[in-house]
Amino acid sequence: MMVCFGSLAGMYALLGAPIVAAAQVLIYLGAISVLILFAIMLTQAGDANLPSPFHRQVPLAILAALVVVGLIGWAVVQTDWGNATVVLAVALDDLAAALFTDYALPFEILSMLLLAAIIGAIYLARRPEDDEKVN
Amino acid sequence: MGLQGFLLVSAVLFGIGMFGFLARRNAILMLISIELMLNAVNLSLVAFNAYAYYTPDDNGAVFALLVMAVAAAEATVGLALVIAIIRTRQTPEVDEYADLKE
Repeated sequence: MMVCFGSLAGMYALLGAPIVAAAQVLIYLGAISVLILFAIMLTQAGDANLPSPFHRQVPLAILAALVVVGLIGWAVVQTDWGNATVVLAVALDDLAAALFTDYALPFEILSMLLLAAIIGAIYLARRPEDDEKVN
Repeated sequence: MGLQGFLLVSAVLFGIGMFGFLARRNAILMLISIELMLNAVNLSLVAFNAYAYYTPDDNGAVFALLVMAVAAAEATVGLALVIAIIRTRQTPEVDEYADLKE
């Protein structure tokens, strides 16, 4: 998973979006991977009788995934992309200006969403007996 | 590698994420699969932005950054939910969460 996130960051850099690549490294490689590792550490009980990691609907899942990939791939290959061969590098100051002028409202809504997510995550992950200790 | 290559990689990543989400039984691994699908869509957004030839606009990266932040929020809340439910049910297997069925 971390290799996949890292190579995606490399692809963003290839596509002329270095700020997105940096954000990918920071958020995915730095934050989300560590978060998932912590969750795995907290939840692995170490029971010996591990069942199969896959559901019994594996054939259906393979079928659905292949159909979706096939449809998207067919659409991608069939479409005439014209002269879409020029990689435009994203200028950092243009991006910042767009983010704080045209997209200021989504930016603020996003900050509220992150605040709500933090509060919700703390509330959900807290043990109930911590309340009694505080009181 | 042109636009098609990036879009195909994105499609394959999305397919892998979809398979993982549908076929895995561990809730945490299902969340990882969701992250994979979000990453695939992000890759296609950035690719379309890089190869934009109608108007040379720089705004596509903004969407990618917004999607990334939303994905971070989703991962936080999702993992908190999973940890809470594992604490009460003592198992990460989603097949065991069948109380509403009974």
